[in-house]
Amino acid sequence: MAVKLAAEDVCVHYWRERDPAPFLAVDGVTLDVNDGELLAIVGPSGCGKTTFLNAVDGLLDISGGSLTIDGTPVSGPGRDRAMVFQQPSLLPWRTVLANVAYGLELGGRHGRAERASIARDHIRLVGLAGFEDSYPTELSGGMQQRVNLARALATDPAMLLLDEPFASLDAQTREFMQLELLRIWGKDRKTALFITHDIKEAIYLADRVVVFTARPGRVREVLHIDLPRPRDLRVKRHPRFIEYEDRIWNCIEEEGGSARAGAVQ
Amino acid sequence: MSAQAPRREAVVPARRSEARLVQARRRGRWARVEPVVIGAASVVVALAVWQWVALARLVPELFLPGPLDIAQALAAYATSPDFGIDMATSAQELAVGYGLAIFVGLPVGLLMGWYRRLHYVLDPFISFMYSTPRIALLPLLIIWLGIGIWSKVAVVFLGAFFPIAINTLTGVRSLDAALVRAARSFGASDPQIFRTLALPGSVPFILTGLRLGVGHALVGVVVGELVAAQHGVGLVMAEAGATFQTSKVFAALIIVSVSGVILQVTLQRLEARFDAWRPR
Repeated sequence: MAVKLAAEDVCVHYWRERDPAPFLAVDGVTLDVNDGELLAIVGPSGCGKTTFLNAVDGLLDISGGSLTIDGTPVSGPGRDRAMVFQQPSLLPWRTVLANVAYGLELGGRHGRAERASIARDHIRLVGLAGFEDSYPTELSGGMQQRVNLARALATDPAMLLLDEPFASLDAQTREFMQLELLRIWGKDRKTALFITHDIKEAIYLADRVVVFTARPGRVREVLHIDLPRPRDLRVKRHPRFIEYEDRIWNCIEEEGGSARAGAVQ
Repeated sequence: MSAQAPRREAVVPARRSEARLVQARRRGRWARVEPVVIGAASVVVALAVWQWVALARLVPELFLPGPLDIAQALAAYATSPDFGIDMATSAQELAVGYGLAIFVGLPVGLLMGWYRRLHYVLDPFISFMYSTPRIALLPLLIIWLGIGIWSKVAVVFLGAFFPIAINTLTGVRSLDAALVRAARSFGASDPQIFRTLALPGSVPFILTGLRLGVGHALVGVVVGELVAAQHGVGLVMAEAGATFQTSKVFAALIIVSVSGVILQVTLQRLEARFDAWRPR
């Protein structure tokens, strides 16, 4: 299988205010995301997984190692990637239609009519037909995240980056949105990198789950999720699902222990 | 309010529930007109008390004319030949000064919000001038521009310019970081971020600036004309005051206040419509 994203020994430092030295957020991460694969990264909060994703998106520069997409090094944001943010980050003065078309508009490669028609298709795809002329404030949190997803998909990226997109939703909406994401993703199986702190979510969605260590982020373990697709919510009660969950929990628990020990010193 | 009506519908027979719905709707309609009705009634009562005080002559008419005296004076002034030219002069001073303040204040605010260094350059002057009561510049403005309309245009401009520029600049600077990150992720350039985020995002702030500015502008017109003018509603107040025509002073005051209320309410409505845009 072709490798889409290759990260080799990636380090990310960044300067925080009032810090004398740069802060190491991601430390030597090596992982591949294959073409058409949905890879999830789980880890305790503050473990650098979002920082890693921002580096993949080109919003942050890496300070060591290499990061390539289809063999080309990442330098800055590009049309081959699109991000679904944790916060919906929608323009409040724009309708759903205009928000979904926003990424295309910034890309500048499509005419107005073309943008609107692509946006309409993606609004339908995420199940928001009929809400084209609504404003974000009129939508629920789950619906706003659908718009956020549609905006990213509309630009037709080679790779989809998702930064805990369901973290701020209530439990029921979250499960439903996971199901929806799998339905939408299943249509063309775009390469996707999904960041979450929710272990079940990672197992349920992903082909492979990468467990990050806490602060700085390193790859602790990689698990192949051998569960048949298409998956419905019942998969979450599959014995193998529970086995994966236990293994990841153990990793994180050990990590949590060492992180706590580190904090005491 | 009416929200409880549908819930009861399930347990009471259809006709009674219908009656309740009608009742609830009636209550809803009353809730909407209630502020207007009570507000109007309170004004009527206040005017009546005032008129009674005036008729009882507890204080001489020279000190406190009643509402009816003022209405008469207003009618007399409104039909006098001076009325047209006074109103036109004051309106012109307000419109030209305020218009110029928007025309200059908006671009200056936008540029200062967008270019950090320009903000550093201009901030000392803006802060100094904004803290100075601009009315205090009238003697200078009269020396420079005379007692015609231009000294008033200038003081209106100075009054409105600062709130407009400062609010616009605040609007541009309070750009939502999450939106900027999203735009950058989609490869937005700086001009694109300005056009698609900073500009529309600052609309509610600009409207607040316009509303604050119009208050200052009105003060500028009236005080400017009180100090020195050839025509204008403020001049009428000054002259009527100097000749003890107290009712006429009140009449001119009412013209000023009503204009102020109309302008404020219009801009407040506009502001409320765009309030959902404010970053939270």
